[in-house]
Amino acid sequence: MSGPGSSPNEKVVKQNEDPGDPFSEFTNAHVPAGSPETRLLSAFKNDTHTRKAYLAGRGKSAWKTFELRLVRKIKQQRSTDPTSRPEYPSSLGLTEFTRRATEVALGKSSRAIMEDRVLGVQTPGFTAAVRLGAELLRHWYDVCAVWSGPVYLSSPCDDSLAGIFQAAGIQDIRDYYYWDDTQRNVCLEKLLEDLSKAPQQSVVVLSASAHYPTGADLSQNQWAVIANVIMRRRLFPFFLLPPQALCYGDLERGSWPVHYCASQGMELLCAQSFSHCFGLYGEAVGHLLCVLKQNSLLFSMESQAVKIVRSLWAQPSVGGAHVVATVLSNPGHLIEWKEEVKCIVERCMLIRELLRERLRLLGTPGCWDHLTQQGGLYCFIGLNGEQLEFLSKKRHVYLFTSGCLNVSAINSRNLDYIVESIHLAVTTSF
Amino acid sequence: MSVFSEVPQAPPVAVFKLSADFREDSHPQKVNLGVGAYRTDDCQPWVLPVVKKVERLIVEDGSLNHEYLPILGLPEFRSASSKVALGDDSAAIKDNRVGGVQALGGTGALRIGAEFLRRWYNGVNNTATPIYVSAPTWENHNSVFADAGFKDIRPYHYWDAAKRGLDLDGLLDDLEKAPERSVFVLHACAHNPTGTDPTPEEWKKISEIMKRRSLFVFFDSAYQGFASGDLDKDAWAIRYFVSEGFELFVAQSFSKNFGLYNERVGNLTVVAQDGENLSRILSQMEKIVRTTWSNPPSQGARIVSKTLNSPELFAEWKGNVKTMAERVLLMRDQLKAKLQAQGTPGTWDHITQQIGMFSFTGLNPKQVEYMIKEKHVYLMASGRINMCGLTTKNIDYVAQSIHDAVTKVQ
Repeated sequence: MSGPGSSPNEKVVKQNEDPGDPFSEFTNAHVPAGSPETRLLSAFKNDTHTRKAYLAGRGKSAWKTFELRLVRKIKQQRSTDPTSRPEYPSSLGLTEFTRRATEVALGKSSRAIMEDRVLGVQTPGFTAAVRLGAELLRHWYDVCAVWSGPVYLSSPCDDSLAGIFQAAGIQDIRDYYYWDDTQRNVCLEKLLEDLSKAPQQSVVVLSASAHYPTGADLSQNQWAVIANVIMRRRLFPFFLLPPQALCYGDLERGSWPVHYCASQGMELLCAQSFSHCFGLYGEAVGHLLCVLKQNSLLFSMESQAVKIVRSLWAQPSVGGAHVVATVLSNPGHLIEWKEEVKCIVERCMLIRELLRERLRLLGTPGCWDHLTQQGGLYCFIGLNGEQLEFLSKKRHVYLFTSGCLNVSAINSRNLDYIVESIHLAVTTSF
Repeated sequence: MSVFSEVPQAPPVAVFKLSADFREDSHPQKVNLGVGAYRTDDCQPWVLPVVKKVERLIVEDGSLNHEYLPILGLPEFRSASSKVALGDDSAAIKDNRVGGVQALGGTGALRIGAEFLRRWYNGVNNTATPIYVSAPTWENHNSVFADAGFKDIRPYHYWDAAKRGLDLDGLLDDLEKAPERSVFVLHACAHNPTGTDPTPEEWKKISEIMKRRSLFVFFDSAYQGFASGDLDKDAWAIRYFVSEGFELFVAQSFSKNFGLYNERVGNLTVVAQDGENLSRILSQMEKIVRTTWSNPPSQGARIVSKTLNSPELFAEWKGNVKTMAERVLLMRDQLKAKLQAQGTPGTWDHITQQIGMFSFTGLNPKQVEYMIKEKHVYLMASGRINMCGLTTKNIDYVAQSIHDAVTKVQ
């Protein structure tokens, strides 16, 4: 399938890829027993086909080098530090971490930070950050009554989100239009229509960047329009910043929507994850940000957040947060980290380009521009259920059941096979 | 106008406020007997030597990568934790009816257990099931069960202030009168805050009634090893109940006995009737974890797992735990001796009869206030002191302060 000479892009992909173990993408984490994803993983593991490919992992091998160099060094330093004290951290987490995490989301010169009206809480991972935000809303969004929604989630979205809000006692979960199958992109008009119809005081969950599972993000202009509707309709934005930096390799750009809304004077919640982008998957490093309108509310909100945390996990764990705080507060480390992120992002972009180019060369019907219009680790390929089943059953290529695939799981060894498989999936009549 | 304008200030957590006040106090002889963590004789937190060793091993181990743990946690941690609670020769483990859920500390383990019980125990989503907690108890027990959705949280008689010991009759009476299927939160050893545990004979009586009346056993085990210095001795109650055929939960914390306060290492051990039940229970717990923290942090669990699963490291750990327990026992002996030598009014036997980190001194709120304001000795309003806050350097001052409080303040 490959041409007589590899393209320059391919050469770069080959140079930077991890030669490791084909099983290294897996973890049976994140997947409840009996869920479609467990069955998928199980099917993959039992599959004996030599060319099988698993594109439904969470992308952790991308961070192997970074983790080996900088993260390990920092952990070694901490383990030999005679001044480290084993005692309970604050329920809010490490101060240095929350400070840096807040700066990452809002920008150092954010007015909200300078006016001291931002609450930052370290949480054991991203899910926990969303859960804490949901609990805060449930208890305090409407002081007169226990608030129970509505919460609007994008369609599609991470399928665990609804469950988190429900676990916090919020039952009224609705969705707003996001991904359009035909356009293979976000449909802003329909999105705005849905938001305009949402009852006042609704909470809207928005992916600031690297939307999961589609990988399709909004432009700055689109964000400005959405922010307007939110303000006009008195909706409350709850931002998600999961593998934030991976999308653009540029921290600021990834969190721009959050900066923007804060700069417009809006109140908002923002759940962040640092586990992915520091290769600290196992360490559960999350953060919940709450931007308030007035500084006078900070103490109350903080005390209520502490109260909620106390009966959930009491205090977060410090190891991972310490690594993140160390990297973010040290200019040298920060440069090293940004370089690493840039490499990963560039590699993902190259793979996307190769995918698109190969499909074009094969004459695969359809438009594949969305592959390069989107960014980040995850890509919504745009195949339907039958095509996905064909891929896994007949070609032994496993994607997420949502039709999303992990770009970083594609490498020079499986690229041809995968492209061929996609081509067959699209051209075979069912 | 902020949507949060009406949010009231929540009261601060008492024990943390106490520590904050202590930190701001500039008195040269100040002593903090409020903190719930181990301190050395130099009043420093202590990184267990075995923990330091294992941490280094883990950091240097290049083959380990930092992947997400499964939702239920590190498998070798879960099994080792349950084994340490139930014993190496546990029949229940051999019968494959014991499982574990790695959790964020003891609190996380309690919360997952509570959430499960609210959803699936005594009917479906029965928030009316009475939850009994000891009077007094660790105050967070109330919050955990209330926030898990239970509406009826009640005290059971426990501490007898007059006799400064266990109110066994009151306790047994509460067990007889509790609605069937009520949940009882029992402290496996080193009761917090009283330091007073039932004797084996008393546990047998408790067990008999609980079995007869179908009451649910939920152990909170935060001090195994720390109480007597002997892991097996401290787990006697848990193991007895398991041998009596109870289905039960044990919320385990490794914060104190591993000194891993800041890595949040806990495990919810589930002892089910059989393997099939166990598997269904765990599947539901997995769903609960998925919407709480999804994947637990790996660092602490790896340290504990590596230690518990290596005979050499396990032995070293037991030694470290004994060191802590013995220092506490020494302080107990010395404090009682000094109070008796001073002729401080009252009996002080309870100081050495009580077990674990805490002692319920019997000081009343006024006396406690005197201790804090006049003597700069910080303790909880209940009269609870953390024995770990005592050192050979401050014990004379503390004994003297107690003497003054008892003689000057009624």
